[in-house]
Amino acid sequence: MDKTLSVSSSPHLSGPLTTRRLMLDVLISLVPALAVAVFFWGPRALTLTLVTMAACVVFEYLYRKLMKKSNSIGDLSACVTGALLAFCLPANAPYWLAILGAFFAIVIVKQLFGGLGKNFMNPALAARCFLFSYPTLMTTWAAPNVNLPVLGITDEYVSTISTATPMAAMHNGLMPEATLQQMFVGQIGGCLGEVSAVALIIGGIYLVARKVISPRIPVCYVATVAVLTFLFPLGGQDRLDWMLYQVLGGGLLLGAIFMATDYVTSPSTKRGQVIYAIGCGALTVFIRYFGSYPEGVSYSILVMNAFAWMIDKAGKPHRFGTPRFWEKSKAKEGAAK
Amino acid sequence: MSHSFFGGVHPAEHKAATEGKPLVPIPVAPAQVVLPMSMHVGAPCKPIVAVGDQVTVGQKIAEPAGLGAPIHASVSGKVVAVEPRPHPGGGKVMAVVIENDGQDTFGSALTPHPDDYASLSTQEIVDIVREAGLTGMGGAGFPTHVKIQSGLGKVDTIIINAAECEPYITSDHRLMLEHPGEILTGVRILMQCFGLPAATIGVEDNKMNAVKALEDAMQGQTGITVLAAKTRYPQGAEKQLIQRVTGRQVPPGGLPADVGCAVFNVSTAYAVYEAVCLGRPLTCRGVTVSGAAVNEPSNFIVPIGTPLQHIVDQAGGLKDDAAWVLMGGPMMGIAQYDLSAPMIKGTNALTCMTAAEHAPVVEDPTCIRCGKCIEVCPMHLETMYINMYTTARRYAETDKFHVTDCIECGSCAYTCPAGIPLVQNIRVAKMKLRELAQKAKS
Repeated sequence: MDKTLSVSSSPHLSGPLTTRRLMLDVLISLVPALAVAVFFWGPRALTLTLVTMAACVVFEYLYRKLMKKSNSIGDLSACVTGALLAFCLPANAPYWLAILGAFFAIVIVKQLFGGLGKNFMNPALAARCFLFSYPTLMTTWAAPNVNLPVLGITDEYVSTISTATPMAAMHNGLMPEATLQQMFVGQIGGCLGEVSAVALIIGGIYLVARKVISPRIPVCYVATVAVLTFLFPLGGQDRLDWMLYQVLGGGLLLGAIFMATDYVTSPSTKRGQVIYAIGCGALTVFIRYFGSYPEGVSYSILVMNAFAWMIDKAGKPHRFGTPRFWEKSKAKEGAAK
Repeated sequence: MSHSFFGGVHPAEHKAATEGKPLVPIPVAPAQVVLPMSMHVGAPCKPIVAVGDQVTVGQKIAEPAGLGAPIHASVSGKVVAVEPRPHPGGGKVMAVVIENDGQDTFGSALTPHPDDYASLSTQEIVDIVREAGLTGMGGAGFPTHVKIQSGLGKVDTIIINAAECEPYITSDHRLMLEHPGEILTGVRILMQCFGLPAATIGVEDNKMNAVKALEDAMQGQTGITVLAAKTRYPQGAEKQLIQRVTGRQVPPGGLPADVGCAVFNVSTAYAVYEAVCLGRPLTCRGVTVSGAAVNEPSNFIVPIGTPLQHIVDQAGGLKDDAAWVLMGGPMMGIAQYDLSAPMIKGTNALTCMTAAEHAPVVEDPTCIRCGKCIEVCPMHLETMYINMYTTARRYAETDKFHVTDCIECGSCAYTCPAGIPLVQNIRVAKMKLRELAQKAKS
């Protein structure tokens, strides 16, 4: 034997998927929504997103360096967290706020729990909720078609260009001023990445087509919200209109397509994903209707995040070769007869 | 009627290198063959020849001791050793070594039934199959006569496994192209044995020319259906093929006969034909030698017991960057460290891989809970959680996740974006569970 051979346990092939590739696909899928934000608010939307992403990457790098852990920025998960965090900030939010949020997301929520795969809450959403310690900054949204300056945004300036989101009106049982077309395209007040339904849906279709996510969570989530709002419109509004505004408004699509589908914090079993998504939808409508804040997507996802592992227990797949539950009851009936 | 199995993956097929190459007898016969006493599921056989004996091709040289199938000389010549030799499954196993005299003198106790096989009784067929030493030729190597006997009366569906879902392998494909009539005869003998009027041959749709060859060879006779299933790994796994063909699921720990099915590899069906019609015991089989690390990928008909080194040499030898030689395909093949080990009855391929072709080893992989391992598992397992408990060394918990149901197809590890050795960890969990069970007994 002159040749040294390697020995390892099968399988000896690996597929084309890598964590980095998945994260890159998520980043690509976010581009349409970012493009719409730049269209409505100018380059500031882009710089805010880039600053948040850079801050996330730097915090991840520094933390792991200080703690003498392996460098993990190559998996691009910090970039995704940064982009998603920026997407749920107002385009006019100050840079320091974004950086503070990035610190909370990466260091507190993600790394202190052990880094990628170990955190139990979606880092971007948890950081968003942390940033509500600055309620004025987080709830003053620039109106669309205002070209925001890249630097030097003051509170006075913001107060002259701010607008209410459609959610504020709906919270009081009123129809928003924006038309459905404007809601669909994203010509409304709101957070940087959440306004354009069409851009988010394009991103979602890309993710499903690339098999990064399954449509299970987004579809069940949105469908739950749609059904509940259709059945129970507030203020005697037209059911269909009310439902459409509720689905297109706020952070529902951003949350359903990009946040609730976060691998780490959502269930991994098929049935579990359906239960989780329905839970997210029901909680969203509950908070929108009965909470004092008009939007409930982030809180509902965070709450359901905490249940993800437990839901996976309920979502146990059917064991191969055993009767399905309906077959079991049939067998029992047969035995009774 | 169409059913589907759950999950699965579709790796690059890499079959182009050999699917156009006919099965040819290996150009230079081996100087020696090594016949291990263990080529099947069950107890090792007992040699019935001694050093110095002259043997002929097809002469029985070992009898089963318990569950098993007899072993026959695959070349004619002199027995030069009866001693433990390296086995392709790992370790050393008692083997009969025969020096080839190059004469290929044939001598078998079996009577050929070229035209009158239709008059044979079930018991006569089972006897021939046992005496011919047939075992499942898809890899696992379950003694064929035991499979038939234990299925009599229970089986209502005969399935011929011609899926050949592993990448690189084309030996069954070539067999179907070159000997479709013989395969169909083998299938008819099996049908006759079970007293069943029908059988289904499951082929993947990347071998449509084989489907056509089989259908052409039927010449209007009915009873045998060829099912062209959409190519997906692990279609050729017994439980998945049964599910694909009949929609039935083999219960945990059960056998195909429990759901009325008997599955035979297409090469086994061919071997049934050879045994019954030609009176030839199982002494040689088709082997694909492929992979980027071998100079001339080929399909050979090889005497059982030929050392792997000899087969590789006949395929132009290994390239300098060869890193892995697998018995079987890349998804479930067993890595070889000593090429003096012989090929056995279940060896359908030698896959020679370079380091670049082989799955990379990821240091300290991180699970991102993407759940893709769960989505591809054809056995409906929660691989992610099994892996979590295994890496935490909480093996007892893996039992609650039915880890023993795992068929080790490797779809999970193949698909894992983090590069976690999932199925490898499952093997550890299974082993530890067996240890725990043994401890509990004692």
